[in-house]
Amino acid sequence: MGEPQFQFLLRGFGWTLALSAMAFALGIVAGLAVALARTSHSRLLARLAAGYIALFQGTPLLMQLFVVYYGLALAGLALEAWQAVAVGFTLYASAFLGEIWRGSIEAVPHGQTDAGHALGLHYLPLMKDVVLPQALRISLPATVGFLVQLLKGTSLAAIVGFTELTRAGSIIANQIFEPLLVFGIVGCFYFAICWPLSLYSARLEQRLAVSSR
Amino acid sequence: MNYAFDFTPVIQGFPELLAGCAGTLGLAAGGMALAIVIGICGVMLRRSRIALLRWPVIALVELIRNTPFLVQIYFIFFALPFIGIRLNPTVTALIALGINGGAYAIEIIRGGVESIHKGQVDAGLALGLRRKQVFWLVVLIPALRAVYPSLTSQFILLTLTTSIASAISAYELTSVAGIIESNSFRSFEVYGTVTILYLGMSSLLMLAFQRISARYLAYPTR
Repeated sequence: MGEPQFQFLLRGFGWTLALSAMAFALGIVAGLAVALARTSHSRLLARLAAGYIALFQGTPLLMQLFVVYYGLALAGLALEAWQAVAVGFTLYASAFLGEIWRGSIEAVPHGQTDAGHALGLHYLPLMKDVVLPQALRISLPATVGFLVQLLKGTSLAAIVGFTELTRAGSIIANQIFEPLLVFGIVGCFYFAICWPLSLYSARLEQRLAVSSR
Repeated sequence: MNYAFDFTPVIQGFPELLAGCAGTLGLAAGGMALAIVIGICGVMLRRSRIALLRWPVIALVELIRNTPFLVQIYFIFFALPFIGIRLNPTVTALIALGINGGAYAIEIIRGGVESIHKGQVDAGLALGLRRKQVFWLVVLIPALRAVYPSLTSQFILLTLTTSIASAISAYELTSVAGIIESNSFRSFEVYGTVTILYLGMSSLLMLAFQRISARYLAYPTR
C-alpha cells in the first residue's frame, strides 16, 4: 500500500469522525427531548417516546439508514448522501441516548424532585438545575459507551454508499488486492479511537460505583 | 409529496421475504449457540492461572468489542480463503456472528462468574464436589442465571446485527430485500416492510426469552 492509498484511508477516517461527531451532537439535543418526553407526566408523550425508542432498538441500524435514506428522497428532499446518513444516525442516536437518559433521570432520588417542588420550582428550572445535572453524572459511563457503539455504527454508511473509513477500505482493498492488510489497518483505526473511549467509560463506571457506595 | 406507493413487489415477494426471515432467525440462532460456547470456553481460559491463556482472550474481547462488525465480517470473509478454507457466505457470516457474539458473551458471563461469592466455591469443595463439578454446578450455572437478562438482550442485538451479513450476501432477510429492491426499485416500500418484519422478530424473541425466564428461572436465587 502506497502513500496515496493511506491518504485515502485517512480521509475516510476523517469522515467517520465527522459523521460520528455530528450524529452525537445532534443526537444529544434530540435525545434530551426524547428522554424528557419519556419521563413526562403526559401519558401520550411518554407513550410516543417509548414507541420511538422501541422502534429504533428493535430494528437493525442498517434498515433505519435505508428507510431514512429512501424516505427523505421520497419526501422530496434532495439531500446528499452524507446529509441523509447524518439524519439517520441522529435519529438512531436520539433513541438510544433518550433511553439511557430516561434511566438516569429515574435514578435521581425522588426526594430531589419533591424538594424542588417544595421550593416552588417549575418544570424547567427543576429539570435544568436539580434533576439533569445529577442525571448527567449517572448517565456518563453509558453515554460514552454509546459513543463507541455510534462510531462503530457509522461503518454501515459504507453499505448505503457513503465513503467513510470502511468504504474507503473496500475501495482500496479492491484496488491493491490486499484485503487482509487493508481491513487490518481499517480495524486498527477504529480500535485506536474506540478502545480509549471504552476504557474511559469503564473507569467512569468504577468511579461512579465507588462514589455511590 | 406526489409519490404513489406501490407495494405490489413486496406482496409478490412476500414468500421470499418470509424465507429470508427464517434465514435471519437461523443465522441468529446459530450465532447465539456459537456465542454461548465461545463465551463459556473464553471465561474458563480468561480465569486460568496461566497468563499465556488469559491474554489472548482479553485481547480478542477488546479487539472485537472496539471494531465494527462490518469490518470483522469483511476481514473473516477474506481471511478464511487465505488460510485455505472455502466456505459459502452464510457459513462465513455464522462464524463472524459467533465470534462477535462470543466476545460480548465472555464479558457478560465473566461478570456473572465474578459475582458468585467465593464461599460458594468453598462450600462446594467442602461437600466433596470435584473442581470441575464446582465450576459447572456452583459457579457457571448460577452465573448464567444471574446474567440471563444481559445475555438475552445481547442476543437480540445479535439478531439485528445479522442484517450486516448481507454485505457478504449471506442468505438472510436483508439480502432477500436487496434482491427484490433491485428488481423493482421500490426501495422505501421494501425496506419499510422489512424493518417491520425485523421489529416483529425482535419482539417475538424478547417475548420468548421472557417466557423462558418466567418458566425456568423463576425461583429465588439468593
